[in-house]
Amino acid sequence: MASVATVDRFAIEPAAREARVAWLLALPAIVLLFLFILLPTLAVIVLGFTDFELGYAGFRFVGFENYAELVSDRTFLRSLWNTAVYTIIVAPASIILALAIAMLIEAETRGRAFFRTVYFLPVASLLVAMATVWQFLFHPTIGPVNAFLATFGIAGPNWLGASGTVLYGLAIIGVWQSVGFNMVLFLAGLTAIPRELYAAAQIDGAKSWFDRFRLVTWPMLGPTTLFVTTISVINSVKVFETVKTLTEGGPNKASEVLLFTIYQEGFVYLRVGYASAMTVVFLAILVALMFLQYRVLDRKVHYA
Amino acid sequence: MTVLSLRGIAKSYGGNTILKSITFEAEAGEFIALVGPSGCGKSTLLRIVAGLDHADHGDIAIAGRDVSRVPAADRNIAMVFQSYALYPHLTAGQNIAVPLAMRRLTAMQRLPLLGSLLPGQRQICADIQRQVDEMASSLKIDHLLGRKPGQMSGGQRQRVALARAMVRRPSVFLMDEPLSNLDANLRVHARGEIVDLHRRAGVPTLYVTHDQSEALSMADRVAVMIGGNLLQLADPREIYDNPAHIEVARFLGQPKINVLETRMDASGVVRFGGLVLAGENRSAAETPVMVGVRPEFVRVRADNGGMLRARVERMEFLGSEVIVHTRLDAIGGAVTIKSTPSEAASLSTGMPVGVDVTPERVMLFGRDGERLAAKPIGMMTVLETANG
Amino acid sequence: MITTSLSMGRVARLTVLSLGALIFLAPYIFMISTAGKAQSEIFSSSLSLIPQQWSYIENFSKALSRVSMSTLFINGVIVCALIFVVQVVVAIPCAYAMAKLRFQAARTMMLLVMIGLLVPIHATALPLYVAFDRLSVLNSYLALVAPFSISVFAIFLFLQFFRAIPDDLIQAARLDGMSEAGIVVRVVVPNAWPAITAFAIFSVVAHWNDLFWPLIVVTNQDYATPPLGLLYFRAAEAGDDYGALMAATLIITLPLVTAFLLAQKRFVEGITMTGLKG
Repeated sequence: MASVATVDRFAIEPAAREARVAWLLALPAIVLLFLFILLPTLAVIVLGFTDFELGYAGFRFVGFENYAELVSDRTFLRSLWNTAVYTIIVAPASIILALAIAMLIEAETRGRAFFRTVYFLPVASLLVAMATVWQFLFHPTIGPVNAFLATFGIAGPNWLGASGTVLYGLAIIGVWQSVGFNMVLFLAGLTAIPRELYAAAQIDGAKSWFDRFRLVTWPMLGPTTLFVTTISVINSVKVFETVKTLTEGGPNKASEVLLFTIYQEGFVYLRVGYASAMTVVFLAILVALMFLQYRVLDRKVHYA
Repeated sequence: MTVLSLRGIAKSYGGNTILKSITFEAEAGEFIALVGPSGCGKSTLLRIVAGLDHADHGDIAIAGRDVSRVPAADRNIAMVFQSYALYPHLTAGQNIAVPLAMRRLTAMQRLPLLGSLLPGQRQICADIQRQVDEMASSLKIDHLLGRKPGQMSGGQRQRVALARAMVRRPSVFLMDEPLSNLDANLRVHARGEIVDLHRRAGVPTLYVTHDQSEALSMADRVAVMIGGNLLQLADPREIYDNPAHIEVARFLGQPKINVLETRMDASGVVRFGGLVLAGENRSAAETPVMVGVRPEFVRVRADNGGMLRARVERMEFLGSEVIVHTRLDAIGGAVTIKSTPSEAASLSTGMPVGVDVTPERVMLFGRDGERLAAKPIGMMTVLETANG
Repeated sequence: MITTSLSMGRVARLTVLSLGALIFLAPYIFMISTAGKAQSEIFSSSLSLIPQQWSYIENFSKALSRVSMSTLFINGVIVCALIFVVQVVVAIPCAYAMAKLRFQAARTMMLLVMIGLLVPIHATALPLYVAFDRLSVLNSYLALVAPFSISVFAIFLFLQFFRAIPDDLIQAARLDGMSEAGIVVRVVVPNAWPAITAFAIFSVVAHWNDLFWPLIVVTNQDYATPPLGLLYFRAAEAGDDYGALMAATLIITLPLVTAFLLAQKRFVEGITMTGLKG
């Protein structure tokens, strides 16, 4: 009896000690994770059901009142719509351009590093600063873009100043800024494709560039493309810097986007409860996008 | 009939010469193994034949047509790759159908959805499907057709790769180490199968391998390549028994051939221990030569007889045979002997022994490695006190 | 035949790539050019690149006099360095425990990390702002750094990297008498340098460029980071003094771009690695 107990004690003790050390090592991370991610996330959900406003002492629970207000809030609906339009332009454009550039660079033997550097440069540049440069480029009268268009006899629009074009202007900046990031991911994906598959495709009769692309490149890039798509969509939904710097949502709310509206409501008008409800919608969109990636698309691109 | 002919194929990459003027021909229905150590250029040669690489010099003709400038897709060759190179997103059946679909369907007909609306597409697809099914049943992989490569074992993948290559009767079949990713048991089994398939299909085959036993056991003729040179092309027995070059002799055979350095006198006589060989000395002066004899043609004797005196250094027991490593007393060279367990039973490490060779099996090689004609003219037992 | 069609393809490829490169570089070219132009020239000839009168000194001195660039840079460096160091110090032990030690919470932790990966700062900003306001820590380095002290992404990245470290190496270190903390410092970290540098690049690029959070918690110029500083500069300029504005953007973009150009291979590797693992 006693000997059995001793054996047990020896068997458990190292495991228990290992678990204790593990807890100790993970503790700071766990504490901070709760403090700065989980708790605030819960708080934002709770706040969404209150009429809390910064500067006022008390608050009360109002149920789904905030959400009811959201449904009829024209600014919010406008900003949802604008965010969707922006995303529908920027995500596909930056993905397709990045893939095309990556394939051109991959096919080239010389100058690869040079082109990679040039296209990646916007990723490493301060977006707020470069947005300012774009504002100058887009200037209706003194901007080089319209001056360039004028040499072909085209009267350029007031890019960032007219409600009809402001989203396109912002989208151009967005594409310019994100192509490089997607491109390096595609380049990594392209290098990972086994050369033998291209050899097999050639022997199997894939003569044209397009045949080899369809038979090998596109399917083999599946996981990369899925990842790039997810990242691009999420980053487009999170557009904020250019709007805050260049347009402040204007003109006429034509460039109101989700994060900017949340920022205005929450941190300028200090309607924390209402802005929290908006944040919950924003979070729900992110969760839905991630869910889409993992459940629906993931099965189609991994072949193992 | 010559189906494949290579003339003076040379290739170099950035100053490194990979192939130095390779010339040979393959007859209809022939199975040729290209064998050599890694980096000898055999895979490059195969890729050049396939059209995946282009030679700097030389011509390739397939079935009498010069294909040196023809792209891979139009050479009517099929290839099995070391990694099998199956398309991971396609099922086995779809993989096998690719070479047929690529050739028989137009680019428009191959488009998803739209393609099926075009005239004739249905008929061709049904035809392709029938050929795939036939191929699959002849290779006994019917049950795998719906699976993707990721869901198959190495052996199954290898069969699918074979099926994909064979499905459209190519005029030349190329294989790049197709068995090297299989485990040892499966490999021996697959050898027989590939030879069998080759006999049935009758398509001339170039088979690249670094495994000499694969080359010797499977091929009609073996081409030994070393350092970008084709040193010898002959049937397996000839190339093993009568290597044209010392490197060929060294590369083939396990354990390796014994090579001992000695000298040939001006009259062409070589004396090695008790062995006397008559060769031809073109230089009419004493020249260094090498004597080679395979371990199975050397015998160890526990008595004091034999042509050479040696000492046992180490013994490897391999079940049906025992490899005895000895060192020659007087000359100092190492001699490996393939012996039997009963013969070796009386031996022990460090023991002085006598060594006999089969004189007809002794080969003479010049300083440059070229084989020299030689025949034994005498042998005598060396006594313990005698010098070599 | 083959050679000509190949070179045709190459010419087409290089042309497309070069034209694209020109478009991508255009903002930089005009930034540098306009930073050297006088106000009158900017308003007259917008497509000529070389300034007729070199006004670089004038524009740069204007830019430097209105906003304290050195304060901005010092703040940027302090904030990015603090964030990175704390993130790594917190994440590495945690990732090691999850990857190489047996403890029951590991699965739950993995779930929390996955949830954390979904939640950006934009979602937690409101409650954090309220809390920081109550604690009166707005306008401080603490406010700028604290929310980023935990990077679930770092945990995730290091976790995947540590799983690839052979268990035998850890066992050998234990047999040599090292404590678990000693193993982290002397075995795991030296083997994780590629992951650490990759994460460093990712983290610094993200936080150097971040406008959202500093905009919320900082209203005092003394704590402004570069993006925020530029925003102040723009607000103060208001008008169309593009020469000075371009000079300011040039100064403010330069540090990270220079770092990128000097270590571009590492940058691209770092972004690729963090990108694909995430």
